[in-house]
Amino acid sequence: MNNSIIEINNLSLSISNKTILDSVSLQIYEGDYLSIIGPNGAGKTSLLKCLMRIYSGSDGAIKFLGTPIEKFSQKNLAKLISYVPQSDGRIFPFTVEEFVMIGRYPHLSPFTSFNAEDKKSVQAALELTKTKQFCDRQLNTLSGGERQIVFIAAALAQGADILLLDEPTTFLDPKHEQEIYKILRKINTQLCKTIISVTHDINSAALQSEKVIILKNGKVNFSGKATEIMSNNILEKAYEKSFTFTNHPITGQTIIAPETPQA
Amino acid sequence: MKRNKNVMLLIIFLFAFAVLMLAPFLGMETISLKTIFLSGGEQVKVDIFWKIRLPRIVTAFLAGAALAISGMAFQAMFRNPLATPFTLGVSSGAAFGAAMYVKIGVFFSILGISGQSIFSFVGAIAAIILVYGITRVKKGFSTTTMLVAGVAINFFFSSLIMFIQYMSDFANSFRIIRWLMGGFEIVGFSPVLTILPFVVIGSGVVFLLTNELNLLTLGEDIALSRGGDVKKIKLALFFATSLMVGGIVSVCGPIGFVGMMAPHICRLLIGPDHRYLTPVSFLFGGAFLVFCDTLARMLIAPAEIPVGVITALLGGPFFLWLLLSGGSERKIF
Repeated sequence: MNNSIIEINNLSLSISNKTILDSVSLQIYEGDYLSIIGPNGAGKTSLLKCLMRIYSGSDGAIKFLGTPIEKFSQKNLAKLISYVPQSDGRIFPFTVEEFVMIGRYPHLSPFTSFNAEDKKSVQAALELTKTKQFCDRQLNTLSGGERQIVFIAAALAQGADILLLDEPTTFLDPKHEQEIYKILRKINTQLCKTIISVTHDINSAALQSEKVIILKNGKVNFSGKATEIMSNNILEKAYEKSFTFTNHPITGQTIIAPETPQA
Repeated sequence: MKRNKNVMLLIIFLFAFAVLMLAPFLGMETISLKTIFLSGGEQVKVDIFWKIRLPRIVTAFLAGAALAISGMAFQAMFRNPLATPFTLGVSSGAAFGAAMYVKIGVFFSILGISGQSIFSFVGAIAAIILVYGITRVKKGFSTTTMLVAGVAINFFFSSLIMFIQYMSDFANSFRIIRWLMGGFEIVGFSPVLTILPFVVIGSGVVFLLTNELNLLTLGEDIALSRGGDVKKIKLALFFATSLMVGGIVSVCGPIGFVGMMAPHICRLLIGPDHRYLTPVSFLFGGAFLVFCDTLARMLIAPAEIPVGVITALLGGPFFLWLLLSGGSERKIF
C-alpha cells in the first residue's frame, strides 16, 4: 500500500448559505489515478477548488502528507499540487512556451528570473505532451484540443506531485480525448504522479482510472475500485437513472450506456 | 523572440533618452547648448532652462511613466483593456478636492506645495479609502466589487464637482475646468520632489510584481493554482498604484489617455509579458508625455495647449495605426 498523500476529514463548504460540500471524508494515496464523477451540482469542482485553496472549506479538514492545508503558503501548496481548470474559452495573450513557463512561478524566489532548471522542466513538459512543435505559437491560435494539452503541460511543468483536472476532455473530439488519456496515463505511470480528475464521462472513468468516487449533493455516494461502478445499483443510486452494460464488439471492454426511455 | 524583445527595449530606451535630451532645448525660445554651459549666456534663457523647462520635463516624464504603468497594472488586475489609472475614482476624488479648494477661495501653500495639490491629494485619499472599504465589506476582496465600487465613486465625485461648478461664478468654474484638463505649468523643482517619492515607491512595487502581473492576467483561479497569493498581490498593487496616481494627479491634474493607451501601444510593440512590458511602458509613457508637452508648449506659442488635448489627438491615431498595420499576430488582450 502506498502512503496517504491527501487526507480529507469531514470537509464542508457553504457558499451564500448553500451547502456545497457536506462532511466529505476521503483518503487519496500516492500514485492514485482517481476519477470523481456524479451529477451536475454535486460539488465535484468545488472539491478540487478546496484542495487548491481557491475555496476555503472547513478548518483542518484537508491534510497533505499529514500537514493541514492551512500551514502551507500558496507557493508551497503549488509545489505540491497543480490544477487544470474547466476550460472557459478564455484566451490568454501568451505564446505556448511563455504560458507553460508561468507554471514555474512557485519555484521562483523573489527578485529572480527563471533559471536553467525551470527551462529544463518546461522543455520536459513540452516534450512529454508533444507540444514542443508549436511552442512559439500564440495560445489564441490553437484548437480547443491543443489548448487543453498545453494547459496540462503547464500544470506538469509546475513540478507538483498531484495533478487536479476538471473535465479535461469535455468539448474535445475522440482523437484529442484519447491523446489526453494517453498523456495522463504516462504522467501517472512513468512520472508516478497522483491524478485526480473530475469527469462526466462514466465510461472513461471506469476504463482509465483505478479508483472512482461518486459525489452527490455534496456527499460521497460511492468510493471504490473503478471496476466496481460497472453495476447498475451503484450508478442508478447516484444518477437516479438506470444503465445498461454491454461489451464492445471488438475489444470486449464493458460499455456503460444510460437507458433512454421510449419516445 | 527574446532577442527581438531586448532590441525593442533598447529602441524604446534610446527614444526616451533622445526625447529627454532634446525637449529642454525646444520651446517658444530655442536655447542652445552654448547658452547653458558657457559663461556669459543670457541669464533669462539660463533661468528658463533650469527653473522652468527642466523641472517641467522631469515632472512630465515621471507623470507619464507612472500613469502608464498604473494603467498597465490595472488592466492586468481587472483583466480589462478599458481599465485606466482613473477607473477606481482616484482622479475624481482629487478633482473634487481641487474644486473644493477653488470654491472655498482661501489660497495658501505649505512647504512649497500648493493648497490645491494638498486638497486634491486629500480627495484622492478619500476615494482610495472608500473603494477599499466597500471592497472589504463584501467577502473575498473581489476585483469585480472593486471595479464597480470605483466606477460608482467616480460618478459620485463627478456629480459633486458638477454641483460645485454650478454653484460657482464663471471665473471659478473655468479654473476648475482648466484644472481638469491637466498640465505642467510649474516653476522650480518642488513639484518634482513632491511626486518623486510616490513614483519611486509605486513603480518599485509594480516592477517587483511583474511575474505576479503575468499570473493575474490568467485569472484568479489559475493564479492561485500557480502559487500566487492573489489577495496580497491585489492589495499591494491597489495601494501602490492608487497612491502614486493620487500624488501625480494632485500636482498635474488628471491627464488622460497616457494611462490607458500607453500600455496598449507597448503591448503591440513588445507583447504582453509584464517582465518586458513594465519597463517599456514606463519609458514610453514618460517619453510620450514629455513629447506631447513639448508640442503643447510650441504649437500655438506664446500660448499653451493643455497637454491632455495633445495626448489623445496624437496618441489615438498612432495606436490605431499600430493596431491595424500589425495583422492578426498583434493581439493586445
